[in-house]
Amino acid sequence: MEPLSRRRWLTLSGAGAGAMVFGGGLWQVARALGGGAADGDRRAVILLWLDGGPSQLETFDPHPGRPIAAGTEAIATAVPEIRLAAGFQRLAEQMADVSLVRSLVSKEGDHERATYYVKNGHRLDPTVVHPSVGAIVCDQLGADGVEIPPHVSILPGRWPARGGFLGASLDAFKVEDPGGRLPDVEPHVSVDRSERRFSDLEVVEHQFAEGREHQYAQTRHRQTVEGARTMMGSAQLRAFDVGEEPSAVLERYGDTEFGRGCLAARRLVEVGVRCVEVSLRGWDTHVDNHTNTRELVRTLDPAFAALVADLRERELLSQTVVMCGGEFGRTPRLNRLDGRDHWPHGFSFALAGGGLRGGQVVGETDPEGGREVKDPRTIADVHATVLRALGIDPELELVTPAARPVKLSDGVAIRQLLG
Amino acid sequence: MTTKPWVKDVLFVGLGLCGLASLLWAFGPIPGLRAAPLAAVPRPTSEQAEIEAVASGVDDDLRALQAAAGVEPVPRADGLTLARRLSLALTGTIPSLEEIRALEAQPPERALAWWVDHVLADRRHADYLAERLARSLVGVEQGSLIVYRRRRFVAWLSDQLAHNRPWDRIATQMIADQGLWTQNPQTNFVTAAIKPGASVPQEEVLAGRVSRAFLGVRLDCAQCHDHPFDPRWTQADFQGIAAFFGRSKATIEGVAEIRGPYHYDAPGVDEPVPIEPSVPLWPELLPPQGGDRQRLAAWVTHPSNRAFSRAIVNRMWNLMLGRPLVEPVDDLPVDGEVPAALDRLADDFVAHGFDLRRLCRVIAATEAFGRESRAPSAEDDEPRLEARLSTWAEFPLTRLRPEQMVGALLQSASLSTVDHESHVVIKLARFVQEREFVRRYGDAGEDELEPDAGTIPQRLLMLNGDLVHRRTRDDLVGNAATRIAMLTDDDARAIEVAYLAVLTRRPSPVEAEHFGRRLSGLRGKARREALTDLYWTLHNSTEAAWNH
Repeated sequence: MEPLSRRRWLTLSGAGAGAMVFGGGLWQVARALGGGAADGDRRAVILLWLDGGPSQLETFDPHPGRPIAAGTEAIATAVPEIRLAAGFQRLAEQMADVSLVRSLVSKEGDHERATYYVKNGHRLDPTVVHPSVGAIVCDQLGADGVEIPPHVSILPGRWPARGGFLGASLDAFKVEDPGGRLPDVEPHVSVDRSERRFSDLEVVEHQFAEGREHQYAQTRHRQTVEGARTMMGSAQLRAFDVGEEPSAVLERYGDTEFGRGCLAARRLVEVGVRCVEVSLRGWDTHVDNHTNTRELVRTLDPAFAALVADLRERELLSQTVVMCGGEFGRTPRLNRLDGRDHWPHGFSFALAGGGLRGGQVVGETDPEGGREVKDPRTIADVHATVLRALGIDPELELVTPAARPVKLSDGVAIRQLLG
Repeated sequence: MTTKPWVKDVLFVGLGLCGLASLLWAFGPIPGLRAAPLAAVPRPTSEQAEIEAVASGVDDDLRALQAAAGVEPVPRADGLTLARRLSLALTGTIPSLEEIRALEAQPPERALAWWVDHVLADRRHADYLAERLARSLVGVEQGSLIVYRRRRFVAWLSDQLAHNRPWDRIATQMIADQGLWTQNPQTNFVTAAIKPGASVPQEEVLAGRVSRAFLGVRLDCAQCHDHPFDPRWTQADFQGIAAFFGRSKATIEGVAEIRGPYHYDAPGVDEPVPIEPSVPLWPELLPPQGGDRQRLAAWVTHPSNRAFSRAIVNRMWNLMLGRPLVEPVDDLPVDGEVPAALDRLADDFVAHGFDLRRLCRVIAATEAFGRESRAPSAEDDEPRLEARLSTWAEFPLTRLRPEQMVGALLQSASLSTVDHESHVVIKLARFVQEREFVRRYGDAGEDELEPDAGTIPQRLLMLNGDLVHRRTRDDLVGNAATRIAMLTDDDARAIEVAYLAVLTRRPSPVEAEHFGRRLSGLRGKARREALTDLYWTLHNSTEAAWNH
């Protein structure tokens, strides 16, 4: 066994002190370290959520020249045999690190049900609420030394990622535009008054705990208050502040709400956050699909590409999986309003990082717009692949509060992508 | 273009009037500082004696459990603690200072029954119970905008509860009634299961709701496989119940039975199979004649259908004591063994015409409901605690739901009772703030049980959030802390009022002394700030966030 380095010792003793003071729990304090998960472990997942269901034909699965393309062109990428829809010039440069699953099939054509399925990897079931992939990663990998929530949803939209049966403490922490202020982390009063309030609280707590030590301990209220206080004073909160980045970096991501969200995601992963979802809304293009999608791609392309490149340059890409997609795809044929409707019978997801093989394409949709796809895959397969990449066994069974065993994922990891 | 001078005059006068109105409001009498007469409908003492007799039978049943587990029940809690429990459970908020004064003006032996009557007669009770029940009846989603009106449904249910209509009748109307979801809001029970864009309800969703909400069985587990614990429930049972909704459709004239029958789309079979309505148990209770949903309603609500009364008794017990008699609240064994107390309550409930208020009164009169949530013994450990909690020998701590948190927060800032007669400004403010707070705090959804401790984002919202800040800060119009600071120079009294308003109790000597020192010698702004800090502190205590 290697001798304890000073840094490692600080981590252990810091976490130990935290566990003693706060009774353990997920967000243990390792203040001595000044932030960060255990040395070197930056395994994380970033989900770029294309809310509304993006058209595969205008994004990751173009069929140029075919009637179903309805005029959409494709561009060459860094990988000779892969083409992306026009507008993805920046992502095209990163293609060696990005793979595409083009043959996803699902039975969910309703936004809410499909969102549940894609974010959680299980279909909606009235008897159990499944955790999202981010909650599973937090639960399985822990987040020692992280003083801020290990699961974050930026621009959360209607159905942000949930902890499900793993508990509300693994619900994603919701934040809006990271260019703005973070909610509820600053006291409304002076430091002196704030300190006095917390010390007064001890008096009231002591009175209530008397005679009910065990029931009181089970509420874990004090630990929650301490956790909140730790977060309020944590230097790791600065990870949300993308204003600290040079303007060149901000511009690289595209200085949009979504771009800032992706930049914040990278900063959060750097301090040890395990999962960040960043949503880009507006993909439900029932009307004028091409114009609307083109606008969205203009936002998505620089942010996605910069995120992949930035993670690689900071040597985080090998541990961090980036997933990009939405709840379903869109119909191959345009409707009468030049829109595309919901289509779960062959849609795409892009994956990068986490040691997954880049520059790959899994499956193929029918160039004529039929429902037959080559090498069909399910969202559960994507989840299984991501979990494997992060060193988590997707076959592991968790027991729900109703005593029912549920596998982390019912899918089969995609061999072609596992490095 | 410039504004005409008279417009400015009108605005100026209007502003002045608003200022005057708010001053009058702010300097008006503080109702909490005197005893206000509050009406409660008197009931015959014979009825109360009968209620207490049933409650004492329930306690006998529970004492047998306690004896078997070798646990000693803890003593009874004090009157104010019980008042807080009842208000939280039945109205979703805490007692106002005004109400506390009125309660304390009652003779002690009658105080609890008086308080139960007072709470049950309060319209907030009907509203709160309606919303809690609605979660199991129609879920929390907004559903199809065209055929579903959730708010109308909840308002209808609240009216039924306010008139104390029998539970069997309420259930029958929901399951069986025809007509438009706007005019007959009870039909929203059926249309809640219609997906946007469709006109027929999802029969499986309705079968799941009927079985969980009315029968206390998770029959929807049998949608995909036979029930894991109760071998009586099979997929065929589930489809049989679903089939009662197979003829229902939303038309321009409302919900009607004009199609069908229900077809089951079995995996691996090409053609969906038609299924006839059938019930899994007690077929003799199913009337041979009538519309499908009418027959189902008659079977569900039949006095001999044990599952129906047990389910609601278990749910109401859960509402009042924080834990159901049988867990989970919606999965009881239908024919199997249940605690004797549950059947005793169910029998009384059926024998007295499915009267929900009587059920609440009986539960409130039990010793189990009245016990302390603390143990006197110095030697205690978790197994002993768990033994006491599981045999109702001690009252469990239960985390407040988001709507209870916000109800308590707004109530404590106001001194007088915030209810439906309140000033329109309070109502408006309450509505907007309540929604925002619940959205941020996280709605508990359909879950009745919140197994978790609070989360850090929730705590941050309480520590630093706008709502708490606005309700506690130095503000002449909105807040109790400031008004008390203005109206009483007596520090001890100001501290006592704060404790009563937020925690429904008086400060202990240690607390009174501690905060007395904090306030001592302070005047003006500094004193108001110190009182604001006291409110903030009390709001962020474990005691404020948990029902005890």
